[in-house]
Amino acid sequence: MLSVVDLCVAFEGRPVLDHVSFDVATGEVVALLGPSGSGKTTLLRVIAGLQSADSGTVLLDGHRLDGVPAHRRSIGLVFQDEQLFPHLDVRGNVAFGLRMAGRTRHEQATRVGELLALVGLPGFADRRVTSLSGGEAKRVALARSLAPAPAVLLLDEPLTGLDPDLHDRLAADLAALLRRTGTTALMVTHDLAEAAIIADRTVTLPTRP
Amino acid sequence: MPPLVFLAVFYVWPVVTLLAEVVRGSTVADTIGRPGLGRVLWFTTWQAALSTVATVVVGLAPAYLLARWRFPGRRALAAVVVVPFLLPTVVVGAAFTRLLPDRLLGTATAIVVAHVYFNVSVVVRLVGTLWEQLPDDLWAAARTLGASPWQTMRHVTLPLLRPAIVASATVTFLFTFTSFGVVQILGGAANPTLEVEIARRATGLGDIGGAAVLSVVQLLVLGVLVAASTWAQRRAAVPMAVARARRRRARSPQERVSVTLLALATALFTVVPIAALVVSSLRPGAHWSLAGWRAVFGSAGTPARPGAGAPVDTWTALTTSLRYALAATVLSVVIGGLATAAIGAARRRGRLLDVGLTLPLGTSAVTIGFGMLITFDHAPVDWRASWWLVPLGHALVAVPFVVRAALPVLRARPDTWLDAAATLGASPARAWWEVDARLLLRPLAAGASLAAAISLGEFGATTLLSRTGHETLPLAIARLLGRTGDVPRAQADALAVLLAAATMVLMFAAERNRDAVGR
Repeated sequence: MLSVVDLCVAFEGRPVLDHVSFDVATGEVVALLGPSGSGKTTLLRVIAGLQSADSGTVLLDGHRLDGVPAHRRSIGLVFQDEQLFPHLDVRGNVAFGLRMAGRTRHEQATRVGELLALVGLPGFADRRVTSLSGGEAKRVALARSLAPAPAVLLLDEPLTGLDPDLHDRLAADLAALLRRTGTTALMVTHDLAEAAIIADRTVTLPTRP
Repeated sequence: MPPLVFLAVFYVWPVVTLLAEVVRGSTVADTIGRPGLGRVLWFTTWQAALSTVATVVVGLAPAYLLARWRFPGRRALAAVVVVPFLLPTVVVGAAFTRLLPDRLLGTATAIVVAHVYFNVSVVVRLVGTLWEQLPDDLWAAARTLGASPWQTMRHVTLPLLRPAIVASATVTFLFTFTSFGVVQILGGAANPTLEVEIARRATGLGDIGGAAVLSVVQLLVLGVLVAASTWAQRRAAVPMAVARARRRRARSPQERVSVTLLALATALFTVVPIAALVVSSLRPGAHWSLAGWRAVFGSAGTPARPGAGAPVDTWTALTTSLRYALAATVLSVVIGGLATAAIGAARRRGRLLDVGLTLPLGTSAVTIGFGMLITFDHAPVDWRASWWLVPLGHALVAVPFVVRAALPVLRARPDTWLDAAATLGASPARAWWEVDARLLLRPLAAGASLAAAISLGEFGATTLLSRTGHETLPLAIARLLGRTGDVPRAQADALAVLLAAATMVLMFAAERNRDAVGR
């Protein structure tokens, strides 16, 4: 279970997150709603360990994560604009986390195959990431984050910027995929309908003045 | 047309003469067969390779600092870091002669250290420019996938920087492979590079055939290197959406300490050798004195002592250098200006001239000087005794810089401006005068400063072309550095400081004129 307890973050004296608390149960998919500027992305970065909070804490299965660096948290993050590594092909991107974890080549190959099949892109392993369409890039980013089997997956507006047709198809796929893999997930969105399709439950951040 | 003639007579012809000398003589087998050549080639290559690796390793830290961090004095530091690259090679040689302990002088270590100092700014410029465009979130993505900071560096940052690293390594290798002044001054007799060996054979030993063979070997190696690097850079290119430069301010105490220390180290690295030179010029023997500076400006020069060699008349060297610089500047601006106008007007076909004019940059300075030396030494082109051959050699090197400064301005000028001038009643010549000539004024002024700085500091070609009694500043400095005695030492340092200061002022003027163009 992921617990966010009384988290506060301020930028240059202006509070961005003000005493935020909520839980995400293991296997649960939670949508985090809030208008733009309400600190959703900041919250994800704090949970992932990319940024530190001024006060409050994050717990994973009861252990405090304060001071644990990002790469030891087992918390994955799907970026709004994917952030695929341009110097690696699709296989290299999906295998990246496995390589960092020191998995064998054979394990890497098997897992990459599994995940590409899971996100509906079998046979894409050798493609350059710059040759992917918007929807394909999103799927590769998802596969990359899922590959090392993180304890929690964070998604930052994963479906923004797609045309409506593709958006709806991907939303349905994403919902099914998260269920099938039993992933504990926290997804940031500003789209209520999207939250309803994908998430079990929603948490709303208050608007900051 | 005049630029083409200039290029053909003073570059192409000498190179052809060199080739002919090699083909004609029986010296090829001779020179190549001699065990000396293998040793020289080997030393040239490995000192260049070592210098390159060291330069890239040392340069990454300041590149990172200046590209990714915001701190007080960042802009000033960024300007200071470039200084060593702009200094004349003799100045760098003199500075490290004073800075390094005596037991290191005349060793490969001294050469490599000076080369690193000289070329670090290449890495800072090329790698830094790419580094500041890498999106922060790629780094964050790697971290959330379980990569430690070190793994992120190794598997994400360095591979993404590879194109810039390859490019700066190539440039550094080319510079250090053909380095003359630094090696001549710091390397001693035991460590000759190709460049030094060519000069030694051509001037000292009178082994023209051997020197010609070595020059051609050098030309071939450089040609292969340039071709290989073009290929490597094309292969290393990573297509990537670049982010706008966003520098971080150090927040945590640990970050602040690291950034401050790195900034200090970078500043010291750049400033200490120059400071050592200034101090040394003011301390002949072990006490403060202006004797060295007085010797520079005193018309008598250094008093001759038995066995000390001819006195070095620095006043004459100063005036000779200024005269040559003036001639080289006028020549470069005229040829460069004409070339710019010609390339601009020809559009497509101008590329030939454009590329042709940069060829001398891919040829080592000593080779250029040597080629001119053996081409223009018999009737009807017996110009060896003419003083203008030296500034002409300088102009050969400076013209591409003038063109680089001026051409972009002309290229950016829409054709419609000339049309507009025509509809307002200007004849084509008048339109050119009113529009293009005005536009080119400042870039040509920048080019003139660059040409003057290049001429003042040029050492390789000058070593071969200069005649006794007409020594330039760099030659006088190099000769004085070989002297013993406190005053000649201080005199050499004072001259080097003077040369460095003049170069800096000219480079600064060039930079200001270029900025004023409004890029």
